[in-house]
Amino acid sequence: MTSTLAPEDEAPEERPPEGTEVIAHEGLEARAAIAERRRGFFLGLPAMVYLTLLFVFPFFIVGVYSFATRSATGSTRLSDWNIDSYVKLFDPLVVGIVWRSFWIALLTTVICLVVAYPFAYYIATRSRATRNVLLVFVMIPFWSNFLIRTYAWRFLLGSDGPIAQASEALGLGTIRVLFTPVAVAIGLIYGFLPFMILPLYAAIERMDWRLVEAARDLYADGWTAFRKVTLPLTKSGILAGSLLVFVPSFGAYVTPEILGGAKTVMLGSYVVRQFQQARNWPFGSALSIVIMVIMLAALVARQRGGAKEL
Amino acid sequence: MKARSWRALAALLALSLVAAACGGDAGDGDLNAQAAACEPGQVDGDLSFYNWAEYIDPDLVTAFEEQYGINVEYTEYESNESMLAQVEAGGAVYDLVVPSDYMVDTMRQENLLVEINRDAVPNAVNVGAPFENPPYDPEGKFSLPYQWGTTGIGVSYTALEELGMEDAPSWAMIFDPDMSSAFSGRISMLDDAPEAISAALKYLGYSIVDVIESQNEAAVEEAGALLKATNERLAKYDSVNFGDDLVNGEVDIAHGWSGGFFLSFDEADAWEDYAYVIPVEGGVRWVDNMSIPTTAVAVCSAHTMMDFLLDAERGAQLTNWTFYASPNEAATPFITEDIIGDPAIYPPPEVEANLELIPNQGELALVFQDQFTQAKG
Amino acid sequence: MRFGIRPGSTLERAMAGNAWFVYAFFYAPIITLVIFSFNASSRVGIWGGLSTTWYANIFRNPEVWDALKNSLVVAAVSTVVSTIIGTAAALAIDRYRFRGDRALDGILYLPIIIPDVTMAVMMLLFFARIFAFVDSFGPRLSLGLGTIALSHIAFNISFVAVVVRARLGQLDRSLEEAARDLYAGPWETFRRVTLPLIMPGVLGGALLALTLSLDDVVVTAFVAGPGSTTLPVYVFGLVRRGVSPEINALSTVMLVASIALVAGSLLVQRGPGRTSELAHEITHE
Repeated sequence: MTSTLAPEDEAPEERPPEGTEVIAHEGLEARAAIAERRRGFFLGLPAMVYLTLLFVFPFFIVGVYSFATRSATGSTRLSDWNIDSYVKLFDPLVVGIVWRSFWIALLTTVICLVVAYPFAYYIATRSRATRNVLLVFVMIPFWSNFLIRTYAWRFLLGSDGPIAQASEALGLGTIRVLFTPVAVAIGLIYGFLPFMILPLYAAIERMDWRLVEAARDLYADGWTAFRKVTLPLTKSGILAGSLLVFVPSFGAYVTPEILGGAKTVMLGSYVVRQFQQARNWPFGSALSIVIMVIMLAALVARQRGGAKEL
Repeated sequence: MKARSWRALAALLALSLVAAACGGDAGDGDLNAQAAACEPGQVDGDLSFYNWAEYIDPDLVTAFEEQYGINVEYTEYESNESMLAQVEAGGAVYDLVVPSDYMVDTMRQENLLVEINRDAVPNAVNVGAPFENPPYDPEGKFSLPYQWGTTGIGVSYTALEELGMEDAPSWAMIFDPDMSSAFSGRISMLDDAPEAISAALKYLGYSIVDVIESQNEAAVEEAGALLKATNERLAKYDSVNFGDDLVNGEVDIAHGWSGGFFLSFDEADAWEDYAYVIPVEGGVRWVDNMSIPTTAVAVCSAHTMMDFLLDAERGAQLTNWTFYASPNEAATPFITEDIIGDPAIYPPPEVEANLELIPNQGELALVFQDQFTQAKG
Repeated sequence: MRFGIRPGSTLERAMAGNAWFVYAFFYAPIITLVIFSFNASSRVGIWGGLSTTWYANIFRNPEVWDALKNSLVVAAVSTVVSTIIGTAAALAIDRYRFRGDRALDGILYLPIIIPDVTMAVMMLLFFARIFAFVDSFGPRLSLGLGTIALSHIAFNISFVAVVVRARLGQLDRSLEEAARDLYAGPWETFRRVTLPLIMPGVLGGALLALTLSLDDVVVTAFVAGPGSTTLPVYVFGLVRRGVSPEINALSTVMLVASIALVAGSLLVQRGPGRTSELAHEITHE
């Protein structure tokens, strides 16, 4: 942020009427500072109230539910508080689902990074006009409906779809990808690749290329210059992109539902299932709490680490 | 963190505890009284009807709207549990729902159903004797039957021949690796824990009722292990599209509900190529019921809709559209010959003896869910 | 040698190849989908000649129109409200020091880092408890378009704030200071100087909010009530039932609409020269 000035240093908000200027200067400065603070407070207040009401407060409600009891018939009793739901988190079944979601999300993130980095680098190093055209064509899928883009793969990979038809026509036999973890990974990569490309592009584009040149002048070879200069300079883009891909992949629900055929249980689907099928609200709440605490820890670490940019 | 922040957090925590503890049971006593005051044919506002997907002839809804001059807000669900979740959350107004047998039992025990005033449903007398006072609603206070049917297997005749099961179809075509490996990747099962586990229990020779009544966890685990071993041969789990997938050639063998298959056979004009079979080991029989949940507002409109659907001719229209059997005895003369004469829809007594209602699973419900999730891998 | 890579080198050609591959990966599925939406055959994979039957079908389907209407209402309301609240929050954090500014900064990140399933759970339990509480006083509330819009505003505020903040960060403060030196009041300074300068960011944020609202399935499905099905929830239901030429046609219409929206917003923001700035703003760089 460019704002490093303390409010006190800023120009006073309201000029006093002529003639009174000299007399009350000190008091006016202080009052202006208070007015300034108050203005900031009121500007931020709606967002503060709204998000407290719809995020912070529900977080505690979910927390309360996670200690509630599930009755034999499946309803949630807000009494007999216990930690059964948290004990169940260590069930091998649950650990397995979390582990699988983690791996698929990690794989998705790594593949996105490997594909997107050279891609973003390529775009960012074109002439300004070319760059803008190339970028618009990344924007279009980014802004298109996520569900539709996922559906496109369901259509492509289906046993009646174009790929299957083509492979049968060519005598290659039937290819079965739909309803496997591979299909889920393809869908996630397809869905979230723009989230990786855009921050990387932004980081590479505003990099100071003179530093790379200087490295080359000092006889660093291309690889060394990349590793020692380019990579560290674009680290913020790599981190931002990885976060933007990993978080939604880890909790994905839509993609595994459409491309996984309900055969690959992932964390997102498992949480939804607790509410819509198993009717185990306390356990679903405990799962949600754990996911949120992990994400919050990452956020706090980021803020403590002092990294200004996401 | 500063002291002030802690205090703010503590206040929020206290507030959420209060919010969580407050409210709760809406006065269903009021709703019972409201129901008791309903007259036949009375409507008290637009009707919010929450029903399974593809489970009513749209013309029936239109006819009702025209006859009574109110709108019907028709919303669909895919499983008993997702319907219950909505009703339980309590945020939405639903006046009429269609829970299956065991779900009536659950909702009844959870005080989520309003007592039906039979005086406002004169056509209730049309209900056949076997459906009066069912085990899931012993006094018949909370439900009136809607349709009934069976869960079995939809399969192409070619596959049946290949399996040599034309005369004695068996669950083995799904669960026995020797039989089903030829169809690996071309089999689907219902994405429904009680149904999938029950199918496995039947193949293993268990009685579903016995397993649940004796809370036999080991049997459920055995069924779960069987499902897990079957998982790699399945194309997918699907509770909505099983019929269409079969006639579209996506799968060759599909576990599903009778009427769902028939609807697909009919739409694709594929009656000659596909069959719905009830395996010799027996299967699941179910009854879906009309009930008024405690989220209801237009209680009398709900009674009037029940009465409307239990009329002899309209009951027949329902069955002629859904291809499920009707619990409405007076409707029999109006149902097409094809449906009445089809042993897969109205099973003969010797087959029916092998069919079981899935009881309320009680404490075992979570074991069902866990075993099913684990089987999916 | 400006970029450390020799034009025409193997490395550069490999990167060009990778770029073409990425574009093919992006567009092949979409283009196939569009082509097959004009397929006369009802078997989705087999080409049976050109036809617009499926388009006629979806335009005749009242459920599609209802869902579309619901979606547009929710998207419009949530976009307008969240753009106002989000822009104010961005200004507050970027320009002022006040009690609770760090807390607001932290809270604004919550919706971005919380996966949508957990968000859906939070909203569901929140409304369930609030309704139980209100119901005990008599009035009956129902989940519906209102609760969907409230939830969408909640997650959109953050995204708008992030985009506007990025824009504020790039601003030259001297223009505002000059305005103040010329005796413009704070409101006038904002209206005549700051707002026009951050307008591309505000529009970018609004566009993002609109897209997110029109994209959301999970949160909406959890807080929807009878008769409040939105277009994505409707399409999700259809998609789970499998592939059909009607969904292809509906998808094509939705794709064309979103492309038109992006193209329109780029034109409004004075030509494609703004595209790269939009990229910066979206990613908060």
